[in-house]
Amino acid sequence: MWLYEKKLQYPVKVSTCNPKLAKFLIEQYGGADGELSAALRYLNQRYTIPDKVIGLLTDIGTEEFAHLEMIATMVYKLTKDATPEQLKEAGLGAHYANHDRALFYHDAAGTPWTATYIQAKGDPIADLYEDIAAEEKARATYQWIINMSDDPFLNDGLKFLREREVVHSQRFREAVEILKEEQGKKKYY
Amino acid sequence: MPKETLPEEFYRLMEDLQTIDFVLVELTLYLDTHPEDLEALKQFNTFSRRSRDLRQTIEARYGPLLQFGHSYSEYPWAWADPPWPWQM
Repeated sequence: MWLYEKKLQYPVKVSTCNPKLAKFLIEQYGGADGELSAALRYLNQRYTIPDKVIGLLTDIGTEEFAHLEMIATMVYKLTKDATPEQLKEAGLGAHYANHDRALFYHDAAGTPWTATYIQAKGDPIADLYEDIAAEEKARATYQWIINMSDDPFLNDGLKFLREREVVHSQRFREAVEILKEEQGKKKYY
Repeated sequence: MPKETLPEEFYRLMEDLQTIDFVLVELTLYLDTHPEDLEALKQFNTFSRRSRDLRQTIEARYGPLLQFGHSYSEYPWAWADPPWPWQM
């Protein structure tokens, strides 16, 4: 089972109400390479991956939910005091018409999250390569958002998340090597 | 406890806990792929104890942090009280 802790993984601060940045950030909430996709991808792959990497998928998948909560906190803090007029100016008029200030799992362009964003091939190498690619894509997305953001407090949190993608990618690469080594040990008759 | 009354100390202690728990997340992922690294394992156990001790200090002053009975509750039931992490 899972256990909630009343604490963010890393402190989230924003300088000011800024719905324009929130619109971009939602990419990492409900986008193809966002944190929801990551968490669901890894935790779903666990059931059919070799025992040697189940722990890693469980732990990284769980950490992704902590990142999802950080993104949600950023979006919440960037939009909670925005007027409907400000949301409209930020390109969030269509979002407001449907959701008010509620968060929703869609990407920066408004496309709703879909399970087709995540793969589960049942082949451990195929799955782990997908995971490595996903981490690299998420790292790149964080960089593009940082490039557009002028909020130093927000960027501090985004840089933390960007670095986590780098570490996860590294661990997944090690998992591939572990499986290759296991494969080499197997005896074929 | 209403968030207006959260003192500076709360944020300082929480940041200390976030720091210690980050070390534990990092060591956990590292140990998942390096299970025989004894030095890393010793660090893990050291920080695990530090995390537990600091969490108890924070909970005694500011209420439960962990769900489903992994933290004690004062009377009345304190778990469901704000502030939640995004409200801090």
